Amino acid sequence: MEWINQQRPLPETLMSRSVSDRSGVRLPDIDVPAQPLPEPRFLRSQLRLPECSELDVVRYFTRLSQANFSVDTNFYPLGSCTMKYNPKINDEIAAFPGFNALHPAQPDETVQGALKLMYLLQRDLCEITGMADCSLATLAGAHGELAGVLMVQAFHKMRGEPERKTILIPDSAHGTNPASASMAGFTVVKIPSTECGNMDLAALRQAANQQLAGLMITLPSTLGLFDPNIIEICETVHSAGGLVYGDGANLNALLGRVKFGDLGFDVVHLNLHKTCSTPHGGGGPGAGPVCVGPDLQPFLPSPIVGSTDGQYHLTRTDRSIGPMGSFHGNFGVLVRAYVYLRSLGAEGLRQVSGDAVVNANYIRVGLENHFQIAYNRPCLHEAVFSAKVQQRRAGIRAIDIAKRLIDYDIHPPTMYFPLIVEEALMIEPTETESKETLDAFIEIMKLIAEEINERPSLLKEAPHTTPVRRLNEAQAARNLDLRYH
Amino acid sequence: MHPFLPTTVTQRQEMLKAIDVPTVDALFSDIPERFRDPQLDLPLPLSELELRREFENLARANTVPGEFACFLGGGAYRHYIPSVVRTLLSRGELATSYTPYQPEVSQGTLQSTYEFQSMICLLTDMEVANAGMYDGATALAEAALMACRITGRRKVIVLRSVNPRYREVVNTYLFPQHIQLISCSNEDLRPDKETACILVQYPNYFGELEDIQDYATTAHSVDALLVSSVDPVALGMFKTPGESGADVVVGECQPLGAALSYGGPYVGLFACRQKYLRQMPGRIVGKTVDVEGRQGFVLTLQTREQHIRREGATSNICTSEALIATAAVAHLACLGPRGLKGVAELCYHKAHYAANLISQIDGYAIAGGDLWFKEFVVICPIAPKKINRILLQNGIIGGIDISSIITNGMLVCVTEMNSRDEIDLLARMLAEACPKN
Repeated sequence: MEWINQQRPLPETLMSRSVSDRSGVRLPDIDVPAQPLPEPRFLRSQLRLPECSELDVVRYFTRLSQANFSVDTNFYPLGSCTMKYNPKINDEIAAFPGFNALHPAQPDETVQGALKLMYLLQRDLCEITGMADCSLATLAGAHGELAGVLMVQAFHKMRGEPERKTILIPDSAHGTNPASASMAGFTVVKIPSTECGNMDLAALRQAANQQLAGLMITLPSTLGLFDPNIIEICETVHSAGGLVYGDGANLNALLGRVKFGDLGFDVVHLNLHKTCSTPHGGGGPGAGPVCVGPDLQPFLPSPIVGSTDGQYHLTRTDRSIGPMGSFHGNFGVLVRAYVYLRSLGAEGLRQVSGDAVVNANYIRVGLENHFQIAYNRPCLHEAVFSAKVQQRRAGIRAIDIAKRLIDYDIHPPTMYFPLIVEEALMIEPTETESKETLDAFIEIMKLIAEEINERPSLLKEAPHTTPVRRLNEAQAARNLDLRYH
Repeated sequence: MHPFLPTTVTQRQEMLKAIDVPTVDALFSDIPERFRDPQLDLPLPLSELELRREFENLARANTVPGEFACFLGGGAYRHYIPSVVRTLLSRGELATSYTPYQPEVSQGTLQSTYEFQSMICLLTDMEVANAGMYDGATALAEAALMACRITGRRKVIVLRSVNPRYREVVNTYLFPQHIQLISCSNEDLRPDKETACILVQYPNYFGELEDIQDYATTAHSVDALLVSSVDPVALGMFKTPGESGADVVVGECQPLGAALSYGGPYVGLFACRQKYLRQMPGRIVGKTVDVEGRQGFVLTLQTREQHIRREGATSNICTSEALIATAAVAHLACLGPRGLKGVAELCYHKAHYAANLISQIDGYAIAGGDLWFKEFVVICPIAPKKINRILLQNGIIGGIDISSIITNGMLVCVTEMNSRDEIDLLARMLAEACPKN
C-alpha cells in the first residue's frame, strides 16, 4: 500500500496573516466620564500583535486543532499518561457560572457550594487512598511531588533530624521524582531494579541509613508492575527513620483494589488528569492533590477545606509548608474529577481498575509472539515491550514503530521510557477502550511486525500521512526560532 | 453497563480466556492478600441526569459574580471572554490531547504554543518566553530560583508591594533550598553583592505603577537581576517592564481569556532576556523543518528538563497549562493591539471614575498616588469586613479586605465588566454603610 499525503498544509502563523486595522472584537463604549490619562512617558508607545477578524481566529484554531491526535479522535495508548475518555458532562458542569464565574477571593460564606465540593472530594480521595487528610492546592503531578517531599523535609526538621538529606528513587521512576527531590534540596540516590522489575531489596537496605529522609516509589511502577515486596520495602524505610512517598500517577490500576495508606505509605500525590479523567489539554491543566497519613497531616500545603457545623471554610494546618500556588488549586479540574467519582461510585471504580488491567494484559498476550515483553509476567495497567530484537535484526527502532502507528491513525505509545528498558514501547490502553479497538490495534501491530521484515523503509520514513513528517529536532535546538517578531 | 466502560461481560470473559487467567481479580495477585480489595465507602453512582441536578444544587449554593456586582481583584480579574475563545477551547482535539512529545500529530498544540511564546514576548518586550507556568505566583517563585542559578547567589529581595500570596509562594519554594528571602519596602531597598534578584510587581498589589527603571538600575548596580510580575492587560496601555530594563518578566495570564473558576486553572507567563534562555524552567517550542523541508514545530532545549536531566533539571515542571495558554492566544488574537489597549483604557477610566466617586464620600479616602491602573485602596471608616457584609446584602461583592496590611483598607478592583450603574450603586452603598454621627 502506497501512502499519499493528502493533508492540507498547516496555516501560517497569525502574525503572517495579520492585516492592519482588522479586529476580532467590538468593545463597549466608555459609559463614564473620561478620566485624565497619565503623562505619555508612563504609557506604552507601540504594541504589535496580530490583527485578525473573528472568522480568521475561528478558522485558524479549527485548522490547528485538526493537526492534533486526541482521545476524542484517536486511540491514544500513551503509557504512563492514562489517556482515558474525558466525559463531556464533566466539562459542562465545570462551566456552570455557579462554579466558573467564582472569584478566588470571595468570602467563604459566598462560596459554600464550591467549598463543599472540595471538602467532599478531599474526603473521597482520602477514602480511595486510605490516607488521613488531603490538600487539593497543588496544581499538577510534579507540583504535588514537590509538596510531598517538602512535607517529608518539614517532618524531619520538626523531629530535630535535619541531617536526613537523602531521597531514594528507583531507576524506573519518572524524571519528575528526582527533579522534585532536588528542588526541595535533597540528594537523590538511585535504587536499581531486579531482573523481574521489582525493587532491589539488598540495595534498598544498604541505602537506608542515618541520612535517609524517604523513598519515592511509584506503585504500580512505570513498568506496569506491582512490587510484591511493597510491605517489606515500607518497613525497611520506616525502620531506618525514613518516610514513604507514593507517586500515585498509576492509581488507575489500583482503584478499589488496595489502599496506599494500608500499605504504610506516608504521603501520596494523585494525578486527577489521569485517574479521574480530566482532559490533558495538550499539556495541562492538571491537578495533583496530596494525601497524607497522620504524621504529615500538620504539614499539608495550604489551603485545605475544613467543616464546622455544616459550614465550610478554607483553612491552614499548624505547620503547613505554605501555599504552593496563587489560590486554592485548579478548581475547574477538581470539579471535573469529583463529577467523575460521583458518576462511577465504588463499584464503578473497581471496574475501572479491573478493565484497565484486563485491557493491558490482553495487549500483552496479543503481541507477545511479535514483540519482546520487557518483563515476562502479568502486568497491571500498562504493558512494556522492547524493540531491541527488531533493532538488532532489522535496524528498526522503537521510534520507527511509534511513527508507523501514526499512519494507521493511532497515537504512538510512550517510547524510550522507562529508561531501564532498551528501546521501550510502553502501552497503556485504559479501561475506556473497547475490545474491538484493542483487536484492531493488535492486528495493526502484527502488520507492522511484518513490515519490519518486508519493507523496513516504510517504518524508517514514517509517518507518511501527517501534515508534517519527521521533524529535524537537532536543527530546532541549533538554529533557535522560538517566536515571531 | 456504565457509559464510560465499553467491555461487556461476555467480552471480558473472552479476554480473560485469552490472557489465561480465571478472573479479573487473579491479575491483582501481586497485592499482598491481607490488603487486597478493601472496603471502599463512596457515594452511590449517579446517572448523568442525577449528576446534573446534584451539581446544579451545589452551584446554586454560591454567590455568583455577574449576578452580583463584583469588585474583587488581587491577582484574578473579571474580564469579558469572547465566545470564540470558549468555543475553540471546547474542541476535543485541543482539550483531549497530551503534551506534544510526538510532534507529527501535535502540530496544533505546538504551533499554538509558538504563538503564545511570540505574543508574550511582544507584550512584555522581552526576547524569549516559555510555553507557560502553573500560574502567576509559581512563575515568580521559579524566576527567583532561576536568578539564583544565574548569579550563583542565595539572597532574594521581594518588595512588600508584591501580592502577599505570591510572596508566600516564593517563600515556600525558596525556604527548602536555604535561600534567604528578604521583604522590604521601596525606601529600604538595599541590594548587595549577595543579592540574586529583586522581585517587584507591575502594577503592584495596590494597583500602583512603580518605577521599574529605577528598580532595574538599583538591581543592576550590584549585578542582580530585576524580576517583574505583571498583569498582561496593563501592558496594553502602560510602558512595559521590558522597556524599563527588567531581566525577567513573569505574570498571571488569567485576565487573557481564562475564566475565574475560583482560582484555577490559570497559566503563568515567563519571559526573559535571550542570554538566560538555558536557565529557563518549563517547556519551550521551536520552529524547524521536516524531512521534506516543510515548516513545523517541536519541543526544544529539552536537556534543561526533568525527563532528560532528572535531578539536574532547571525545574520539576512538566505542565505548561497548554489549554489555558491557547485561550490566551485566541483571546489576544481576537483583541489585537487596539482591543487590548481598549480593554485596558476601559478599566482605567472606570476604575478612576469609581475612585473619584468614593473619595467624595464622607468617611472614605483613597490611599496612594495618581499613577495606578484598575485597582486602588479605599480607607474605610470602619472595618471593611463590616462594610462588605452590608454590600453583600445589597447585591455587591465588595473589594478585598486588606486591613491586616493597611488599617481599614479595602482593595477595590474595577474592570470593563463593571457597569456605571454598578459603580454608582457601590458608591451609594458605601455611603450608607458609613456610620452616621
